[in-house]
Amino acid sequence: MQRRQSSKNSKQPLQVPHSSQTDLSAWRKGGRTDPEKSLQNHQSRNSQVNESKQDSLEQAVSYFEKVQNRVSLKKSEVLQKHLATVESIALQKGLPPEVFDVLLNVALDGKLADAVNTRLLKSLIPASVIPETSVVSSVSWLCVSKCSGSIQLLFIRWLIAMFDFIDHKEQLHALYGFFFSFLQDEKMCPYVCHLLYLLTRKESVKPFRIRRLLDLQAKMGMQPHLQALLSLYKLFCPELVSITLPGKMKTYFKNSEGPWKAAINTIRQRNRENSPVSQLLFLGTAQHQSRKRKWNTQLIIPASSANVNILAEGKEKNHVDLYSTSESFPVEQLQTFSQLLQNIHHLEFPSQMGSVLTNPLLLHYMNCIKDESIYLRLYYWMGQTLQEECTWCVVDSYQYEEEFKDFLETVYKAECFLQEGFSSCEEFLYKSLPLWDGFCCRSQVLRLMTWIPLRGFSEMKSHLYDPLAQLFFTSSLYFKCSVLESLKELLQNWLNWLVIQLDSESDSQGYSLNTTLSGLVNMVAELVHFVGWISTIALRLESNATFLLYFILDFYETVCDIYLRYNLPMLIMPPPGVFYPALLSMDSVSLNQLCYIMYRYRTNLVAAKKNELIKKKILPFKFSSQTYQEYNQYLIAMVGCLWTSSAFQKDIHPQGIRLDDEVLKKTGVQEFKTGFNIVYHPAMMGYALLFLQQAWPDDNTFNFSLIKGRKWNWYLEYLYAQGLKGLKLFIESSINRVSQASQRKEGNVQV
Amino acid sequence: QENADPQKTAFLLRKQWTLYSVTPLYRFSSANLKEYARLLGAFIAAEKQKGLAVEVGVDLDIKVTFSSLPDLRGSDQDQAAMLVQLSSRSSVPQKNSEEKLMWSGWFCCVSGDDLSENVPEDFTCLPLFLANGAESYVAIVGSWFQKTFDCRFCRLAISPLNLTWMAAMWTGCKVEKNASATELVFSVPCLPQPLDISYAIHPEDAKALWDTVQKTPGEITQEEVDLFMDCLYSHFHRHFKIHLSATKLVKVSTAIASAHCDGIIKFLQSKYLIGVLMLLTELAISQIQ
Repeated sequence: MQRRQSSKNSKQPLQVPHSSQTDLSAWRKGGRTDPEKSLQNHQSRNSQVNESKQDSLEQAVSYFEKVQNRVSLKKSEVLQKHLATVESIALQKGLPPEVFDVLLNVALDGKLADAVNTRLLKSLIPASVIPETSVVSSVSWLCVSKCSGSIQLLFIRWLIAMFDFIDHKEQLHALYGFFFSFLQDEKMCPYVCHLLYLLTRKESVKPFRIRRLLDLQAKMGMQPHLQALLSLYKLFCPELVSITLPGKMKTYFKNSEGPWKAAINTIRQRNRENSPVSQLLFLGTAQHQSRKRKWNTQLIIPASSANVNILAEGKEKNHVDLYSTSESFPVEQLQTFSQLLQNIHHLEFPSQMGSVLTNPLLLHYMNCIKDESIYLRLYYWMGQTLQEECTWCVVDSYQYEEEFKDFLETVYKAECFLQEGFSSCEEFLYKSLPLWDGFCCRSQVLRLMTWIPLRGFSEMKSHLYDPLAQLFFTSSLYFKCSVLESLKELLQNWLNWLVIQLDSESDSQGYSLNTTLSGLVNMVAELVHFVGWISTIALRLESNATFLLYFILDFYETVCDIYLRYNLPMLIMPPPGVFYPALLSMDSVSLNQLCYIMYRYRTNLVAAKKNELIKKKILPFKFSSQTYQEYNQYLIAMVGCLWTSSAFQKDIHPQGIRLDDEVLKKTGVQEFKTGFNIVYHPAMMGYALLFLQQAWPDDNTFNFSLIKGRKWNWYLEYLYAQGLKGLKLFIESSINRVSQASQRKEGNVQV
Repeated sequence: QENADPQKTAFLLRKQWTLYSVTPLYRFSSANLKEYARLLGAFIAAEKQKGLAVEVGVDLDIKVTFSSLPDLRGSDQDQAAMLVQLSSRSSVPQKNSEEKLMWSGWFCCVSGDDLSENVPEDFTCLPLFLANGAESYVAIVGSWFQKTFDCRFCRLAISPLNLTWMAAMWTGCKVEKNASATELVFSVPCLPQPLDISYAIHPEDAKALWDTVQKTPGEITQEEVDLFMDCLYSHFHRHFKIHLSATKLVKVSTAIASAHCDGIIKFLQSKYLIGVLMLLTELAISQIQ
């Protein structure tokens, strides 16, 4: 024994960090805690002892390894010295794995005084991990009861505190029954319960153990540590034991970490990445019920708990046991993503599917498993819950609005996570939108709307568009903007879904959608038309509010790019009721946004045309000439307005701003032709003014007509520098300036 | 449609049952009723003495029995009804000592094809739950079912419209002579004090009226039900100058059964038990879907 160990030591020299010298000097200055003091005293008295600190731990360990008889701490300075070395290194750096075997043996074999053993145990702080073998061999010392009760107790506490740092736990699990026998000891019982709690697996739960625990319960009454262990047993074997935890309880175990708390935190911080998450208590306590509400009428998302309904399978022996009880991994213990990956083949969904909503790991799992029953369970539960709790459908439930909001929020988050809507949620929206006041849980309802799946127009019209339009027209500006924002997200979700469907369809030829691609694209187009319609009316109702216009144009920023970004044959121009208010807007932000959108429309149309030309084969879809025509009409109006100062002459759109010169003259406005070019446009005039001030600081006449020729180019550069990127893209792409010298000539503006 | 054996279902009559709808039970097996009784028994004991663990299977103060009521169904497609009973054991440790029934509840499905046809094998459709006894036990038993079979219980209210249907349908049923009166209770809205109006009609008069209204026997339409009620309302108005159509119908009681809008029912005739349950099953399913 002796030889083997010493040879092991020589093979693996203790790796005491080199920096211990400097660290030592650092704490010497502070010198507050006991071990430090003792070392200080010891050093002052033994100045001749001047050895390398690197070797000191090695020496200390080999001293403890050889120590044979009871040595008095007071009398032996050597013992004092070595003990202090262990303590100081443990506190600063933690101990390397190799030393635990020796030190645990010494601490528990009862040769030394309890005071020494206590100090040793308290300083058993790992630098990284604790080898399981050393723990197991130290447990064997408990059997021969060489050490005192208090040391045994401290050891159990140490085991609990250090549980996460033990490198393996297989052999420790084999000692379950041994630890269980310690429950008899009244002092040890709370700590042993905690240790068992950490060690318990499904196979540890046996009827005789339950009976033993119930006996203890009968003897000692309600004890939090027993409750915790018993509820864990119930979790694994609900067919053997039942317990309901009282609601108020928060802590079930006495704190074992005490002496090591600070040290453990340092280790955790040191190896934050690879340290396991500390074992959280996963006990489901009884929910505190609000007295006022009747049974089952309050909103509780069930805690995830293992399937109680296991005996159905266990009983039928012929039945292929897919959900084998010993195999399955309880969801309560699922805490990390790697656990999910390791156990994904024998993971079982919780007994109540509703609990997946708050558990991202289970949502991941749900995403992988395509089982109808999973969705059906969730569908029934969520459908009933939404129906029962809806604060604007159910009488007298207004007081629970906050609860309901939280619930809707949770549902929405889960939908975002899964990237798909729940059908129960869709049905709920259809049922409740006509009754909704547009105020209660507004942002939650509008967000849930964004996950309504793509449906045919007639269905969408009666279920969504009609009730929504009613609310939209009669509600505030802010509500209108929120609705537009949600509809934009709805559009994006539909487009994403469509792209994925088309991809998977092209992957497997056998699978085909019920509806053809054009049918699906038409459904999306209906939404865009709907938004165009409500936008036109809303702009009138709100007298072209800039804020509203921003949200409308934001919607069209998605629409204009569908061909290139989603590779879908769809291009819909905004209605004139949107285009003209944006073009003639008082605000440069809207105008700039419009310019950007027109630039993107152009890019998409050009790409589409190019593809048509390159691929000689007949494409299933082709933008109608009407789309090009519409674009060109808008483009002419825009260029006429902003560039060639001929807005009122060139505009050929039937709903455009073409006006006869006669009429214009009657208005008495002098320079009506240039009225909307980039200098005089009400949205741009501010820039022109600032430009004039910079270009001619001495001139106070504000002669806008000075901006021409070379100055026109400078002015453009000035505008671009002011952040009007959309305008820049538009002018550079859509206006072909024949030469830099002859500016203000209309170029090839048509696609 | 067969009628249930009157002997076996007699205990369901003349009791007040509170109605619930229940979503399909996941992985329920009628072969395991005994096991379920053991588990539920331990669960109830654990709930009653929060914080103390209870071993499953030992004798407890409250005895739970699960039993099947195979007669209570509309067709073979329906799942057999299931009865859950809680009875208290007397504290005297005596065998065969009297067990007192404290609470009972039963699940049933009569012609619930609309629901059962659409769910996969793993699910059991028993959409209607009826409970008699303290609500605290409904809470415990319901929670256990919800946890164990991932279902959800909701109170099943009966709308005034459905009450008028019940009034018409039950009026049309044949009953023996000197049956109790048909009574409709109306509640007057928007009053500081609640005011109920009871409208009792001799059952034979009511049937005579209904027979003039109903065109095809065995078939009832919404128009016929509306007409029947309108006749009753106008008769009432002629005598009392009160428009009952402006009030809310809250209760209907006939010799067949009585129903309250809060979702409480009392069966009075075993002959018509299945028929009433069929209507209630339909209401429960429409609440679920």
